[in-house]
Amino acid sequence: MSRSDDIWILGIHMTKFGKHPNLDVVDLGAEAIQGALADAGVTMADIGILAAGNLLGSGSIAQQLQKQVGQTGIPAYNVSNACATGATALRTAIMAVKAGEVDMGLAVGVEKLAGAGLLGAGGRAKADNDEWERNGRFGAVGPVDGRIGTESMPGVFAQIGMEYGHKYGGADFELFAKISEKNHAHSTLNPLAAYNKAMSLEQIMNDVMIAYPNTRPMCSANCDGAAAAVVINGEKLKTLSLEQQRRAVKVSASILTSDPWQEACQVLPDVNTLTRSAARQAYEQAGVGPQDLNLVELHDCFATAELVHYDNLMLCEEGGAVDFFESGAAHRDGRLPVNVSGGLQSKGHPISATGIANIWEVCQHVRGEARDRQIEGAKVGLAHVIGLASACGVHILERSAA
Amino acid sequence: MSTATQIPFVEYLRLEPTPHLVANECTSCGARYFDRRNACAACFATDFTPVDIPTEGVVRSFSIVTFAAPGVEVPFVAAVIDCGGTSVRANIINCPPDPEHVSLGMNVRLATTVVGTDSAGVEAVNYGFEPA
Repeated sequence: MSRSDDIWILGIHMTKFGKHPNLDVVDLGAEAIQGALADAGVTMADIGILAAGNLLGSGSIAQQLQKQVGQTGIPAYNVSNACATGATALRTAIMAVKAGEVDMGLAVGVEKLAGAGLLGAGGRAKADNDEWERNGRFGAVGPVDGRIGTESMPGVFAQIGMEYGHKYGGADFELFAKISEKNHAHSTLNPLAAYNKAMSLEQIMNDVMIAYPNTRPMCSANCDGAAAAVVINGEKLKTLSLEQQRRAVKVSASILTSDPWQEACQVLPDVNTLTRSAARQAYEQAGVGPQDLNLVELHDCFATAELVHYDNLMLCEEGGAVDFFESGAAHRDGRLPVNVSGGLQSKGHPISATGIANIWEVCQHVRGEARDRQIEGAKVGLAHVIGLASACGVHILERSAA
Repeated sequence: MSTATQIPFVEYLRLEPTPHLVANECTSCGARYFDRRNACAACFATDFTPVDIPTEGVVRSFSIVTFAAPGVEVPFVAAVIDCGGTSVRANIINCPPDPEHVSLGMNVRLATTVVGTDSAGVEAVNYGFEPA
């Protein structure tokens, strides 16, 4: 069933996303690691490499976690790649296994973000009596955020969605709100989501406007959470129990890209080109196409972002994202369900955990273990994550044939 | 008439003879940048020449930001303006910040606004784009 350079997820775990006032990042990360090891049926003694991410932390989360769950002397990598940090940790572990240096690797992402407020914005204001002084790459005499466009994430991603509307038409406030309505509806079946209440279109559109056209429920929810995964090569997997082989999920593609230069990419982040490139490489590596997918977890950090990624991941014709959504395809009973977990808008977005949590969701379905929200007969799924500015991770996961 | 000395808010804004933006253009591939450069991100060459950017353009994207970091005045309209093929980041100014007055594809032109005055009496002048 396996070649030596095949990569499999042997075990994976996601903590409850939400507020965990009594747990610190080490508690949450340890819970994810211990859950993933138990799910895999192995211990820290079997793990040859650890890659860990925690953006808001001190930069040594891997070693802090080892000191709680097992100090075995293995190489530990602390990785950082904005919202793609989790996927980057997983890629790091996969590369080590694929290179043949180790049989098994462990990746973890953890974040404490509950109550963190707005990310990506701010700047230093000039004291009243100072004289103007030029700073930074633009030689600005004051903070540019709010004076020359916005650096706040809701505003940046609002423009990314509006740009799509300008190019192809049909994308307006109501359409973006409908995407959010879908994800909030999906979240009602996910007990691990930070928020799992359905919201009506009217509620969503009349909620607090953050950055038009994104109201508050159309923005990813800051919360606490962690996710971890154990990866293994095909040769080693063959030596394990039939039950472990049956539950193992094949990583048919694992891709990480950065943004290639495009006109305007240094004016407004271009999340499209690198996602399309990652998707194209992933489909080629996996030998599957978008039509073969049973579900997709994509990076809906804002409702405006979800729309453009239908197109970037080639779930629809180029320019056809509005029609794709309006057809009902992306709903859980549609042709290609998108974000059945509830997405970042309701499940939550503890940034470093997100790029493994989306893979956990797909694994639940292809293993047939997603309970109430199971997509029946799911065999193949895709998980996508974006971090500014910019990194994109795309993984394609397939059910074991064992 | 104001006698205050004025300086541009950012180095890529020129106030004379009339306000306009100046990009660093790669002499090899023509890629344009508004920041201080080490090399061209598109072709890796290291020679640049200043080029004037058209002061009229079209709104390619926008967001009306109503919730921002402390110290940032809201609401404001953040936008990307297509100025004859060069994309520019800017606020839309001299226009009510609502979806009835700001639209995709809207024609705009460069305008300036005084950001503040320092202890030496020097005014910092920023740019934005207003409905044309």
